[in-house]
Amino acid sequence: MAVKVRIPTPLRKFTQGADEVSAQGNNVKAIVEDLEKHFPGIKERICDETGKVRRFVNVYVNGDDIRFQQNLETSLKEGDSISIVPAIAGGY
Amino acid sequence: MSMRLTTDQIERYSRQIMVPDLGGKGQIRLRQARVLVVGAGGLGSPAALYLAAAGIGTLGIIDPDRVELSNLQRQILHATTDIGRPKVDSAKTKLGALNPDVQIDVYPARLEDHNASEIIAGYDFVIDGSDNFPTKFLVNDTAVKLGIAFNHAGIVRLQGQTMTVIPGKSACYRCLFKEPPPPEEILSCQQAGILGAVAGTIGSIQATEAIKYLTGFEEGLLTDRLLTYDAKTMKFHSVDVKKDPGCSACGKPATTAQKLATGASGD
Repeated sequence: MAVKVRIPTPLRKFTQGADEVSAQGNNVKAIVEDLEKHFPGIKERICDETGKVRRFVNVYVNGDDIRFQQNLETSLKEGDSISIVPAIAGGY
Repeated sequence: MSMRLTTDQIERYSRQIMVPDLGGKGQIRLRQARVLVVGAGGLGSPAALYLAAAGIGTLGIIDPDRVELSNLQRQILHATTDIGRPKVDSAKTKLGALNPDVQIDVYPARLEDHNASEIIAGYDFVIDGSDNFPTKFLVNDTAVKLGIAFNHAGIVRLQGQTMTVIPGKSACYRCLFKEPPPPEEILSCQQAGILGAVAGTIGSIQATEAIKYLTGFEEGLLTDRLLTYDAKTMKFHSVDVKKDPGCSACGKPATTAQKLATGASGD
């Protein structure tokens, strides 16, 4: 099934600048794999070497943090909206 | 400090005193308030200017740097003639000229482990306008420890994010992000660029949050959510942030029995 994924500025170099892309999958893990298939390199910016979501990146399904759901196993339904939100440091 | 506003003050602040949520009472609260702005840069400039203009009683500014030519595109506290001056001196001149009512305390230093508690403890609210993760986590951890509310923000390129933390009530920055990214993952303004007006938007939100908190309308604060702003698509989004009971900054320390029961390893 298709979901919308909102891509943050630091990851747009993988998506040719697109701020939102469509991806296929039944859960968040499948979405990350689908993103990697179309935008090679993006997965390791979201997940660490053990496959877990990095500690300075949060993933939200319809605005809810997946850490408080089933993490990467959080299931999805058609039309869901995923946001990837990394920590941003700048201020000066 | 006098509880009454002078005729000049009533005139100066008349347009915000008219705002029903603020009123004369709110103005007096602002006059009694102390706010620390960490960083007199892209975020700290607009935040400090609006707070000074609004009549905050005492404004603290901490920044270790001097003004550089490449700062001026976004750091609107400083002018071309300030190049080479300590940013806190430039800030004090501008803010003092804008509003002589405001007491400006400056710290020409970097906020670090050894001075953070002492400096932050004197304030009612902190604006984090710092440009690096160690300082952002230090502001969070110190403010949470001292029970002082603050607003966090970060900006890069055409994007910004911000949230307000009220220790003991709302989720903290460390509930949201457990730890800073490794240095190679970080896009700083120096490396990645930033549009000055984006810093202005987020810095203005920071000042708004401070004013709302200090004047007592806490209901609509940016707590337990992170607001993200993308100037490229001109979209604002917010995502919910939940207080993490196991948070190393604001969570209750787990007992050994709880750790054994959940198999937690301090994560």
